[in-house]
Amino acid sequence: MSILVNADTKVIVQGITGRDGSFHARSMLAYGTKVVGGVTPGKGGQSLDSMPVFDGVDEAARATGADASVIFVPARFASAAIREAADSPIRLIVCITEGVPLVEMAQNYRYIKERGKVLVGPNCPGLISPGKCKIGIMPGQIHAPGGVGVISRSGTLTYEIVYNLTKAGLGQSTCIGIGGDPITGLSFVEVLQLYEKDPDTESVVLIGEIGGEAEEEAADYIKRSFSKKVVAFIAGRTAPPEKKMGHAGAIISGSRGTPDSKIKAFGDAGVPVVDRPDQVPEALRG
Amino acid sequence: MEYQSRQLLIQYGVPVPEADVADSPEAASAIQARLGGMVVVKAQVLAGGRGKAGGVRIARTPEEAATVAGRILGLEIGGQRVRKVLVTRAVKSVKEYYLSVLVDRNAKGVEAVFSDKGGITIEEAAAGHPGRIRHVGLDPFLGPDGTSFLAGIGADELGPEIAQSLLEITRSLFRLCVEKDCSLIELNPLSLVEGGKLVALDAKIVVDDNGLPMHPELLAFRNPDEYGSDEIEAREAGLSYVGLDGNIGCMVNGAGLSMATMDLIKHYGAAPANFLDIGGSSNPEKVVKAFSILLGKPGVKAILINIFGGITRCDDVANGILKAKSMIEIGVPIVIRLIGTNDVKAKEILQGAGIEAYNDLGEAIKRVVAYVA
Repeated sequence: MSILVNADTKVIVQGITGRDGSFHARSMLAYGTKVVGGVTPGKGGQSLDSMPVFDGVDEAARATGADASVIFVPARFASAAIREAADSPIRLIVCITEGVPLVEMAQNYRYIKERGKVLVGPNCPGLISPGKCKIGIMPGQIHAPGGVGVISRSGTLTYEIVYNLTKAGLGQSTCIGIGGDPITGLSFVEVLQLYEKDPDTESVVLIGEIGGEAEEEAADYIKRSFSKKVVAFIAGRTAPPEKKMGHAGAIISGSRGTPDSKIKAFGDAGVPVVDRPDQVPEALRG
Repeated sequence: MEYQSRQLLIQYGVPVPEADVADSPEAASAIQARLGGMVVVKAQVLAGGRGKAGGVRIARTPEEAATVAGRILGLEIGGQRVRKVLVTRAVKSVKEYYLSVLVDRNAKGVEAVFSDKGGITIEEAAAGHPGRIRHVGLDPFLGPDGTSFLAGIGADELGPEIAQSLLEITRSLFRLCVEKDCSLIELNPLSLVEGGKLVALDAKIVVDDNGLPMHPELLAFRNPDEYGSDEIEAREAGLSYVGLDGNIGCMVNGAGLSMATMDLIKHYGAAPANFLDIGGSSNPEKVVKAFSILLGKPGVKAILINIFGGITRCDDVANGILKAKSMIEIGVPIVIRLIGTNDVKAKEILQGAGIEAYNDLGEAIKRVVAYVA
């Protein structure tokens, strides 16, 4: 098993005829994901290789039976794309796009919650259950199937840690990048709740960073009701205050969002926080 | 309050004191004559500490307004020459409130914050009178709902007229927040003046960076003091960069990995000179630009390049490195770590030029730290 996706998940790509959308549609298909089509308004009836293109998400989902969608449209169209997917039979919406305005995300969050949909991202690498389904932009070949669940606010740092896991013989159940923005769809806590219920996930690596209080909330949840082993890594320990470190959400504001607060919260929850990515496998086994 | 903020507030119907902008002593004098009575003459630069720098003065007559404006115009505050002053009618506060509308990342929503202790920062108010700060969640599509908003701010204690005015102002702030992509609009103090009217005497508006491409007219809200010249150069090149004090220049793809790379340099006993994310779909030109920014930074003794290829193709970065070497005198040791998409091809490109690249991040960092030790 895995969380959110499996070998039967059918995916459509919003923005499939764009530069990034077409590249990653092909790459996901090559990985073995069931990419059943895509959407570009005004290009309905065309196709990308074997993948049919539709004008709208609802039409695409009904024609193909897709239950997941991945969004590659430019930032100014991303909120409309998220809401269009939320109004269709699509269950899981993955938004890769970076640069969605914050107020729109507050609205999008309300929108998807009211419709009972799951949103991953925005500004994220997506998610992968190795050997079964890849929805996103991560390099598939560094992953291996196994029992470690990975959750992260980052992209390439997740690859770094997954690479270390795979090299050490520790495969992954599902790896999810929840996104680097201040407001994201799925939170650390919601993903942990899914890992708790997933029999194939034996342990979890949580990759956090400065900014916000998502790590503190996760630590609190783990302390109260998570039964599996967790190892954490926090990026940005040397970041100066009041500066956005690349991700819109990675900022220490006054006394909030500091690495010390996050490390302390995990310490209080009995979660080891490693100093280096290459220490993760050992800490998981320890 | 800056005139840009004033104009936005006026546009959205938030009451502000009468004022006008002057770029000469004569113009300041004319504005005082028109407003009458006591005025505040304030330097218009996006910098803190204007009061201390002599950039805020009181005037009671047209002659006085001309004199103080003459003193303020031409001052340098925070490295910026004052070219404009705002002449505002002074108002007498009966009471000062605090009111803001903001996007709350933890609640993933929009909220209003109200305190009947205005004129001090909300942090000070929170420390001194925690019970007096009211947080009211707003519908992110519709804004404040009258009944629950009034209950939330404690309307009973404020009296119906003031409470109703606060609701109207919050509706205005909410519209401004949504339509102009603000992450914070803060009125502090929001003053109750004689006659029972509320007037915003000072305001802070933070426009979300992600919203700026949609609102180019709001670029003036970006405070130039917050960014160094190296940071502005990087932003114009599409690179995400923050300058730091160490001596190892860093070039990394991805924000999380960039931060982790800085942390590892510190872990192994040295200090990073910067944060630099070359972004996902990097091309050789971006790498060349990144080199020129790092080499232009005084004190950089070595450069570490750390690439985990995903959408970033390692061969693109390798070509960028060779191109940079052919175009600029690098003059400091470079340590390269490349792995992921097209890494084999990248290493061949680099080996052809006699440059070695590491697979292992730890080894690469230990090597670059040894160069600056």
